[in-house]
Amino acid sequence: MMNEWLCASPLILISFAAVIALVVDALTPNSERTTYHFSLVSLAIALVAAIITVPANGLAFSGMIRTGGAPAVLDSVFIVGGLLTIIAARPYIAARNFEHDEFYTLVLYATSGMMLIAHAQHLLILFIGIEVMSLSFYVLAGYFRQTVSSIESALKYFLLGAFATGFLVFGIALVYSATGSLDFGGIGTAIKNHTLTFPRLFPIGIALIIVGLGFKVAVFPFHQWAPDVYDGAPTVVTGFMSTAGKAAALGAFIPVVLDMISLDEQSVQTVLALSATGTIIIGNIAAVVQRRIKRMLAYSSVAHAGYMLIGLAVANHRGLTALVFYAVAYLFMQLGAFVVLAILDRDVERSVELDDCAGLATKHQGLAAAMALFMFSLAGIPPMAGFFGKYYLFTAAIEAGYTWLAIVGVIGSMISVYYYIGVVVYMYFKDARETIWATEMSATKRLPLVVTAAAVIVLGIVPSALESLLSSFWK
Amino acid sequence: MGHVLLMSVLFLPLAGALGLITVPGDRVVIHRRVSLAIAIITFLLSLPLYWLIDHTRSDFQLVISIPWIASLDAGFRIGLDGMSLLLVLLTTFTMPIAIGASNGIITKREKEYYTMFLLLETAMIGVFIALDMFLFYVFWELILIPMYFIIGIWGGQDRIYAAVKFFLYTIVGSLLMLVAIIWLGIYAQSAIGQFTTDFIKLRELAPSIPIETQRWLFTAFALSFAIKVPIFPFHTWLPDAHVQAPTAGSVILAGILLKMGTYGLIRFNLDFFPQSAIEFAPLLGVLAVIGIIYGALVAMVQPDMKKLVAYSSVSHLGFVVLGIASMTNEGIQGAILQMVNHGLSTGMLFLCVGVLYERRHTREIAEYGGIARVMPHFAVLFGLAMLASVGLPGLNGFVGEFLTLLGGFRSPYLNSWSYSIISATGVIFAAVYLLWMFQRVMYGPIVNPANENLHDLTLQERWTLIPIVIFLVWIGIYPQPFLRASASSTNAVVQKVLNYSVPLKVTGLTRQSSNSSTFDKPIKVSLHTERP
Repeated sequence: MMNEWLCASPLILISFAAVIALVVDALTPNSERTTYHFSLVSLAIALVAAIITVPANGLAFSGMIRTGGAPAVLDSVFIVGGLLTIIAARPYIAARNFEHDEFYTLVLYATSGMMLIAHAQHLLILFIGIEVMSLSFYVLAGYFRQTVSSIESALKYFLLGAFATGFLVFGIALVYSATGSLDFGGIGTAIKNHTLTFPRLFPIGIALIIVGLGFKVAVFPFHQWAPDVYDGAPTVVTGFMSTAGKAAALGAFIPVVLDMISLDEQSVQTVLALSATGTIIIGNIAAVVQRRIKRMLAYSSVAHAGYMLIGLAVANHRGLTALVFYAVAYLFMQLGAFVVLAILDRDVERSVELDDCAGLATKHQGLAAAMALFMFSLAGIPPMAGFFGKYYLFTAAIEAGYTWLAIVGVIGSMISVYYYIGVVVYMYFKDARETIWATEMSATKRLPLVVTAAAVIVLGIVPSALESLLSSFWK
Repeated sequence: MGHVLLMSVLFLPLAGALGLITVPGDRVVIHRRVSLAIAIITFLLSLPLYWLIDHTRSDFQLVISIPWIASLDAGFRIGLDGMSLLLVLLTTFTMPIAIGASNGIITKREKEYYTMFLLLETAMIGVFIALDMFLFYVFWELILIPMYFIIGIWGGQDRIYAAVKFFLYTIVGSLLMLVAIIWLGIYAQSAIGQFTTDFIKLRELAPSIPIETQRWLFTAFALSFAIKVPIFPFHTWLPDAHVQAPTAGSVILAGILLKMGTYGLIRFNLDFFPQSAIEFAPLLGVLAVIGIIYGALVAMVQPDMKKLVAYSSVSHLGFVVLGIASMTNEGIQGAILQMVNHGLSTGMLFLCVGVLYERRHTREIAEYGGIARVMPHFAVLFGLAMLASVGLPGLNGFVGEFLTLLGGFRSPYLNSWSYSIISATGVIFAAVYLLWMFQRVMYGPIVNPANENLHDLTLQERWTLIPIVIFLVWIGIYPQPFLRASASSTNAVVQKVLNYSVPLKVTGLTRQSSNSSTFDKPIKVSLHTERP
């Protein structure tokens, strides 16, 4: 019994920390500093717990929750994302005179929601996780409550998100009525033994679940909300949403693909593959014409979700390993890019445009070098982390006989190179103008940059450590 | 001993680049001198490799293999054979010249500049010695980043356009190659039960791939290399990149980067897919001939010296591609030698154009005239480079072009004399555009008063040009040491293609390629002694 609690400790720690932070926040006025440090410490402890529990692969709490293994690895990814977001957010919101402690509390809640998703072994747990994460993100997107774009972002996200949740719940209900079980294992057994009560309802249920999750990931054709929401939300929040949030939602797909769809695998695979194609093409093409870097990254994050969807569509172990590897790599490079943007952003309404970056390399060498590194990594140039993610994904696709899907990914990468190196062109090749960038750097501003840049390089030089760990989970 | 040497040749420039990052950017003298010293030491370290390699063996030597990504069997595998040896030496030889020639010419952000060059050197050497497809790809792509910055930051007026074009062209080709590499790995998985990117294992397996698939893979590789070479009609990035790049960037671009494409064609296309190579040989040959003539004609009408030299590269590399497409011993050996030759003579031409540009800040041919009167020493060296590029007997260009044309004549795969006959006119065109340019720039009266007080070569310029001259003459008179190095690896490739050419008359073929004519005696001897 005790063991169960220990194995699930990262999840429990963060959930309790979020509740405590909320209570402390309500009881003490001006507790921003306290909450900040409390969140950092609790996330750090949970990170240690997550790393320790990686070998504790198993089920806990009457099979509702999976512990150790891939969920623990995902936990550490989410926690690192949360930590970096909180560290980067403090100077960002301080510069806008909007320091409230609920920011950190909400990040904690969002993190706990993501962890619940990763740990879920039961559709209800999955649903609770998705709701906790989404609700926190709705509020975080509208954190600058006096800013029109932030409110617009939150409202759009909330209305469409709530609508998508309806699909998800209905899908879960149909799957339950078809199989008589909410447990992934139970559903899988029911399909394998052909003991479905209402066999016709099952594919409908699965389709609705895929629609609901597809919305959360922002895959084609449910991606339209993403650019506006990502663009309007506070920059640090966008960084967190579009990396850890996306990874969590993709993680929710894994049990669906792994346990639940052996019934009609081919058709689901085809749907996912087509969706990946659309996501990659549309995300990349739309990103080409953007002048505002944040919006460009928002569209490109749609494209990156498309690459990761390849790992799901091919539905083999290599694909899932590649998916999680890519999610980790993507977290560091995309979050790093958003941290740079958060430092550069001055105006709440309008984020930096390409022109504002002209000549950045001459004024802020470190900042420009880090941004260039993230851009090259996002474009998939070796030896950065992003390249290895793509290499694993394309390998998985070709291995599964989806050579055409790999070629779509390659074409997408070709397009993406254009707009990613466009940023480098402005930073390095154009001459400096009167611009609005931040003047002073501090240790707290540098820390998230150093961590993400180091991770992008290390994952690029020794990718096999993480990859072999991940592939051991699905063997 | 040899292994350590090879590793240090590969990583010394990278270590130097990382070391220089820690030195503040305003200590420019340190950056200049240290990077030059590192490039020279790398060259000196690379020289013994020539003797550490057994030239009679066609397999890879000094092989180092370190596991990297276990699940995909991608390893850090490097090694040398005769062909890669020559190109490594060309790289390490060109680098100190390029860095030395930048001193005083590059005035902004020198720290980044020299760091980029050292990074570039490691990546280029890596491309030539990688024995793992994955590692090869990593080095291949790694080259893009420093070159992109070199063109984009220190280039001319339209540098941004040129840099982006260079980057996009190359990446489009190389991503196709990536798919082909993964496909090969998957094929290995089905054939030997293990996904691998090991060059030596894949080389054994690749010819057994069904011919329909082989054609696709051949195309993917060839496209990537054709863009790099560049083979007509993928050459349009080259004039822009060359004209906009700083002088040293052009030297590296023409001298080494383009050779990566032709190197890849021999190493991968011919060696992996001999059957498809036989099928595609006429196409490659035709494109090579078009490139030779087209490049020459366009070069002829250029008013800009640097652009003229850039287009002459398109023409000269056509000969290399023709030699490769012939798939005979003469043709491929000539191609390899011509790669070295082109690196030396075109690199030197770019340096010479740079010398003039530094004095007058224009590259318009019409702006000059009578320069030989004021710069007599320069006139001699420029003339030598120009004549070597034209292919004057006694200088290096002649030997390489002659061998590639000979290969084109003899090739059973091209099976027509017309390739070589038409290509030979390219030599005449080269004489026309280069001699004409030289005449307009160097001879005649000084019409432009701005040219009257130009000073002759500085010490630094002499130091960068004269080492090249030594090799121009050496290869022209006694190419034996260079041909000997590449003989056995060339022969192995040729024999492999020959083994797969079943439908062709094999007996007639061996006779043809071994029975050299009488006027290339020294070369013939080398070809014969290396034959197993």
